[in-house]
Amino acid sequence: MKLNLPKLLLGLTCLLIAIWLVAPTLVVIPMSFAGQKSLAFPPKGFSLQWYENFFTNPQWFGSLIVSAKVACMVAVVATVVGTMAAIGIERMKGRAGGLIRAVLITPMIVPGVVLAVGIYAVYLDTQLVGTWIGYVLAHTLLAIPFVVIAVGANLAVFDARLEIAAASLGASRLSTFFSVTLPLILPGILSGALFAFVTSFDEVIVSLFITSPQLKTLPVQIFSSMTRDADPTVAAVGSLIFLGTSVIIGLGLIFGMKGRRT
Amino acid sequence: MPNTSAQHAARGPLYLTLPALAVLLLVMAVPLGVIVLRSFSEPELGLANYVWFFQTKVNLTVLLRTFSISFWVTVCCVLAAYPYAFAMSVAGPRLRLALIMCVLVPFWVSGVVRTLAWVILLQDSGVINRTLLSLGFDKVRLIRTQLGVTIGMTQVLLPFMIMPLYAVMRSIDLRLLQAARSLGAHPVKTFFQIYLPLSLPGVFAGATIVFILALGFYITPLLLGGPQSTMLSTLIQQQVLSLLNWGRGGAMGVVLLVATFGILAIASPFMKRKYQMSGGSR
Amino acid sequence: MTLNTASKGAAIDIRGVSKTYGSFTALDDVSLRVEPGEFMSFLGPSGSGKTTTLNLIAGFTDLSAGEIRLDDRSIGNVPAHKRNIGVVFQHYALFPHMSVAQNVAYPLKQRGVAKTERARAVDQALQKVQLEHFSHRFPSELSGGQQQRVALARAMVFTPSLLLMDEPLGALDKKLREVLQLEIRRIHRELGSTFVYVTHDQEEALVLSDRIAVFNKGRIEQVGSGHQLYTRPETLFVGQFIGESSVLRGNHLTNGSDTALTVAGTTLIAPGQAQGDGAHVILLRPENLTVQPTGTGARDGATNIINGTVREMLYLGAAMKYEVTLADGSHVIARTPTQDEPFAIGSAVELAWNPKDGTLLADDGSTAGHEG
Repeated sequence: MKLNLPKLLLGLTCLLIAIWLVAPTLVVIPMSFAGQKSLAFPPKGFSLQWYENFFTNPQWFGSLIVSAKVACMVAVVATVVGTMAAIGIERMKGRAGGLIRAVLITPMIVPGVVLAVGIYAVYLDTQLVGTWIGYVLAHTLLAIPFVVIAVGANLAVFDARLEIAAASLGASRLSTFFSVTLPLILPGILSGALFAFVTSFDEVIVSLFITSPQLKTLPVQIFSSMTRDADPTVAAVGSLIFLGTSVIIGLGLIFGMKGRRT
Repeated sequence: MPNTSAQHAARGPLYLTLPALAVLLLVMAVPLGVIVLRSFSEPELGLANYVWFFQTKVNLTVLLRTFSISFWVTVCCVLAAYPYAFAMSVAGPRLRLALIMCVLVPFWVSGVVRTLAWVILLQDSGVINRTLLSLGFDKVRLIRTQLGVTIGMTQVLLPFMIMPLYAVMRSIDLRLLQAARSLGAHPVKTFFQIYLPLSLPGVFAGATIVFILALGFYITPLLLGGPQSTMLSTLIQQQVLSLLNWGRGGAMGVVLLVATFGILAIASPFMKRKYQMSGGSR
Repeated sequence: MTLNTASKGAAIDIRGVSKTYGSFTALDDVSLRVEPGEFMSFLGPSGSGKTTTLNLIAGFTDLSAGEIRLDDRSIGNVPAHKRNIGVVFQHYALFPHMSVAQNVAYPLKQRGVAKTERARAVDQALQKVQLEHFSHRFPSELSGGQQQRVALARAMVFTPSLLLMDEPLGALDKKLREVLQLEIRRIHRELGSTFVYVTHDQEEALVLSDRIAVFNKGRIEQVGSGHQLYTRPETLFVGQFIGESSVLRGNHLTNGSDTALTVAGTTLIAPGQAQGDGAHVILLRPENLTVQPTGTGARDGATNIINGTVREMLYLGAAMKYEVTLADGSHVIARTPTQDEPFAIGSAVELAWNPKDGTLLADDGSTAGHEG
């Protein structure tokens, strides 16, 4: 058992890294039950007032609704547009596909503030600052790479010869798409949609620039609250998001396990 | 005309990508074009904004700091991600799932909220400092310092390092190591001679992504940092939103853009896997 | 729509068909007629154009030139999904998200066949491939052979008048291949459809087909029954691709109705006249050769005699196989009935055969195109 010492060291290192990754995330949960308006850790006292504040204060709850609506629209638009692009890229022969793919992924790489400043400049001229369409367009741009990557990964393992087989069996292109292609790349499309939703729901930099007092997304509200004062409502929001995501991912895991059976 | 239908089929895929490309054009290419344009044209045509940028000491300090923080964040990420990704690649399915979950959990909370958690932990009276005090150490200034910014950014960016590294490591055939061992090579030697070179493309890929993302970081340095740890993004935002100087802000933006894509262009050849594993996917 | 079980096979008429990809010619002016109900194999090495031809018939690729007629109807502009041709692929191409029954029902669904009729036809098709108890399984739960049976059932459930098979047994092991070959023959008899079967395995082609079209470098070298191809190859490529053979090269001299060829200093006679002045060869089948001690001379009409040295001797049970090296360094393979006292390796022997058992062919430069 000579391997034990290195193994132990590796395990310990990983444990520390895992804690480092996870712990800061979990800090917000106890904070959200703080008794006083302070962000000292560990919190003193216990109360549900920050959750109450979140749900009753129109500033907070309104921004949640805005974010949810925008994210839903982005999920739909980015998934449709991104899936189409991913299919196009996959079918493209030669270098064109790789080039277009690289182009479509650049929004992930462009520094957020530079992009935000640019979009702000254009939105000022086109009166899109603080509008639904402004948010949806900007967030769709940022979500497209995730959809292209997720659907593209699924298409890479999709056997395109099945489409030829379907044609030989009498299926038109449209029918082939809906009966063969779509069901088989659905996991990629769904995870792309999820990524798109999360990207929009979480987006803060561009939103900070194109926001307006009338139409504010949740991350913008969180940000301005954090820079204004020490309000544990932020922690309550964080905890709620954590809870919501956990539920979605948990369901996804269960659903995914079920789907893997076939 | 069989030929025309073939040409039609060849052009079909391009049409499918057009909506996505249109979004990119309208919401990315045009805005970035506007930024570039303004950096040369406001307030008047010429290179004045760039001259100003490279002749102002504060700007250069911030530029240098942006690079140095990004560098250290990248180093920390590589050091932390390497053993972690290795463990992921050799772990059993359950342990692997747990390790992957730990990487993904930070994404479950809003990015801004995550930074809030670091503010809480790093503040002068925060957990870390109180732990240090109770252990008999001196207090360390973390919040509003480069150290604090580096710690926070490393945690935020670590997943971007772990994932590509894991993808490469997973494809390395561990039987190679056994083969080398059976040929009499020392474990440490096999690691440096075989495993490390094979995993390097993953290191490069992850490090490049982390470095590029770090260069443009905005929220974390803004909330965790102070005047002594300002990064370029903050400076751009100040020029545009506070000083309404689009020209100077634009020039800074172009510098950041050029740095980002320049590094990507330089690094991308090193990210390719030179030795395709047998049985690897296309 | 109803499905009649006794469908009639379709005739295929391929006329001057070419297919080019850029500057590469995959198929060069190929013409071929497949009779209704015939089992036709396309045989050839990889890249010879056989799969390209199949894809053109199926409509998976567009013609560059020429015409393909199915029962006297040009199908060049008919999209693949309207051709009503069944196709079986080497890689099965079963839909992984559908059960066996759903897979087989798929072509019927596309044709709007009513549910009850569909179920009946699916059952019948699965019975034909002996998989009636697997209808609720998913493809991933089946073995390779079972998957290919499902693919077969799926391709014939809509009783197409033409069934194309692209190396359908290529991914299976030898034993399973032999079992399925017999099944495919049986199904062909039962269906009465025309079958076109692409393979690079000459044995498989011989076992299955009524006729075989031998493809080489984008052209058809010869079309004929297995027997014709084996006994009367028209090109050296065909002679070497089908069955085992040896080739003797030498200078030729036309001599009345026969041709004399000087090989390694020995004059050998081959039937027929040389075509043109180009180099010619004699193609020999191993079973037509007699190995005898040097100096034995001509016996029973085996008047062609050439000296050589035994290089290798293999015992095959009922037969023995000799590899004999001639004076010019070429090797000849002979198969003889088992002898009590076989020639030892290194011993000098004579090879003898009846001149009419050799085939005189123009030397097209081809070398043995396949192993074994």
